Amino acid sequence: MPLITYREAIKQALDEEIQRDENVCIMGEEVAQYNGAYKVTEGLWAKHGDKRLIDTPISEAAFSGLAIGASMLGIRPVIEMMFMSFSYVAIDQLFNNGSFCRYMSGGLMNVPIVVRGPANGGTSVGATHSHTPENMVANHPGLKVVCPSNAYDAKGLMKAAIRDNDPVFVMENTLLYGEKWEVPDEEYIVELGVANILKEGTDLTIVSHGRCAMLSLQAAKTLEEKHGISAEVVDLRSIRPLDEETILNSVRKTHRALLVEENKPFCGVDAQISHIIQLKAFDDLDAPIRRVSAIDAPNFYSKELEDWQLPNEERIIEGALKAMA
Amino acid sequence: MATTKKKTAAVAKKPKAKLKNFATAPINKSLSKDEKIDLYRTIVGIRRFEERSLRAYNQGKIGGFLHLYIGQEAVAAGIVSLMEENDHIITAYRDHGHALAVGMSMNECMAEMYGKHTGCSKGKGGSMHFFAPDKNYWGGHGIVAGQTPLGAGLAFALKYKGLKGCAMAFLGDGAVNQGSFMETLNLASLWNIPVVFVIENNGYSMGTSLKRSSAEENLAHRADGFDMEWEVCNGHDVFEVREVANRAMIRAREEHKPFLLEIRTYRYRGHSVADANHEKYRTKEEIEEYKRTKDPLNVVKEHLLSDGTLTEELAKKIDQEKKDEAEASAKFADESPVAPRSEIQTDVYWEVDNDSEGKLKGTYFFND
Ligand SMILES: Cc1ncc(C[n+]2csc(CCOP(=O)(O)OP(=O)(O)O)c2C)c(N)n1
Ligand SMILES: [Mg+2]
Repeated sequence: MPLITYREAIKQALDEEIQRDENVCIMGEEVAQYNGAYKVTEGLWAKHGDKRLIDTPISEAAFSGLAIGASMLGIRPVIEMMFMSFSYVAIDQLFNNGSFCRYMSGGLMNVPIVVRGPANGGTSVGATHSHTPENMVANHPGLKVVCPSNAYDAKGLMKAAIRDNDPVFVMENTLLYGEKWEVPDEEYIVELGVANILKEGTDLTIVSHGRCAMLSLQAAKTLEEKHGISAEVVDLRSIRPLDEETILNSVRKTHRALLVEENKPFCGVDAQISHIIQLKAFDDLDAPIRRVSAIDAPNFYSKELEDWQLPNEERIIEGALKAMA
Repeated sequence: MATTKKKTAAVAKKPKAKLKNFATAPINKSLSKDEKIDLYRTIVGIRRFEERSLRAYNQGKIGGFLHLYIGQEAVAAGIVSLMEENDHIITAYRDHGHALAVGMSMNECMAEMYGKHTGCSKGKGGSMHFFAPDKNYWGGHGIVAGQTPLGAGLAFALKYKGLKGCAMAFLGDGAVNQGSFMETLNLASLWNIPVVFVIENNGYSMGTSLKRSSAEENLAHRADGFDMEWEVCNGHDVFEVREVANRAMIRAREEHKPFLLEIRTYRYRGHSVADANHEKYRTKEEIEEYKRTKDPLNVVKEHLLSDGTLTEELAKKIDQEKKDEAEASAKFADESPVAPRSEIQTDVYWEVDNDSEGKLKGTYFFND
């Protein structure tokens, strides 16, 4: 299987979907002629032209709303947020119109848009550029959100998101764009709502998503080698819909859970997952559920401190040892 | 008269007194007798429907807000009468007039306000959220100016698909000060999208007069900043609305160009029925003067009586029909059931609603 980058995998998904469906178009700041701020769309404008690759002015509210309006008439826009943090100026469009138009019309319409872009910290760009709003998206019934942790999932989930008839947010990660994974040449889809067990284990379940799932996998290997702890790593892939069964089955097997995410702890994704575990697998737990989240403050600029603020291997191992205590 | 034109033209602050009989303008002259009577019927229908809904609200039958369109009827009636097959329409929360004008039934609208399952949105939207996509009507939106980019999106889709049509995006004089609207003006002009923005300038946003909310009182002038054509007209004469809007709509359809139309109109009632103070921020005389000289219902009636389209007798008959229809809709709404509780979690996700084979993976709803 070819080894390709996370960036290339997303581009392949966009390219294939543009060719598959004439209603799919890509819209966003610098996506066409500039080839994308993070080069995710590189070459697509040259290949597909102005109709399918559309450069927008810096008007997230207007182009998000425009995409939603167009989707009501059957267009399937994929809008790029240069940073997912910038979607905050378009929250009314995305969270009100994107998620509630269907509901408030009693199901008379649907909004098949994709909102994609990097949602991560760890790059020394300061707090305003480092948001991970998958929890906020998931808090809005009507919206869906996925967080691919690797190139294979990024491609498969992107294709599923584009074909989905509801609004889907795809949370990417700038720190993963250049990383490589095996991705098959043949076409495939990664369905929404199906988690992936990255590593099997018997002593502890680590539930994670996005780049943190990869860090958790790394930590699990160290836990095994240095501490003799067999950790199972569940990569959620999709936040809403959520694969509860895979989480619960794992916890029922290991009896301990550590939840790892880059989100801030208060009402983070893991707050909900923790609730689900205690509600549905209470008797299976041998210890309190533990969490490793971003340390609860706006993101630090300085690299050394931000690297400590976000979940990292050391902090995950520390959390795992507490969960095993 | 239609204060006009484009860009650099110096424009009077207020539209001047009526100089022209718009009923004889070509677009109106071409109307058949039946079409003219239909316009009258639409305006009467909106008026009587809303009067009935006001009674229902006061009886406690309608919850939430009730923003009445009374006084502004000729704007929606006139513009909707110009819509063609591929034209679309979207507006804010003062949406009853547009809904009835596109042909939604009084029953489904009244039932929606009563929160009933038989309402156009099954009781999930209420007064501010009427929708009829089958009639190219995309709502009914409660966040001020939030619908304006959606309107541009409808027009974008038309152009993308190579369809000849336009989108009519309505907003209020207060909504022009939202960033989303200004961003949308730029986008529409930059991309040559066939959308016509219609500012229904009724002089007030809630209790704030235009003077107190907009630095430049000629709202249409904002189009200049975006290299967009604009025009201003009065909204009490349905024939004037038709003549001026027609130009904008033709331009949008033919040239794929956006247009900003400011229509000067007036609402008789408070911002919403809950706005009991509306005679404090404006005078009784102001309201009475408008009603006496510019009532859209009287104006159209006089036109049609004077050109022989309408007789007093027929006018009375139509009026009674609409009163009866409104009364019947209140009865229909009253007698309709509310939705079953199982409806709370339908219409959230298209994929869930259409998953008859149970193929979907994962949990979609998170109740204990
Ligand atoms: C974003 C937002 N801010 C405030 C409100 C509350 N609000 C509803 S209508 C309104 C006044 C709007 O006036 P205008 O745009 O002139 O429309 P009109 O009511 O006159 O039709 C206000 C402040 C809202 N719905 N949305
Ligand atoms: Mg107003």
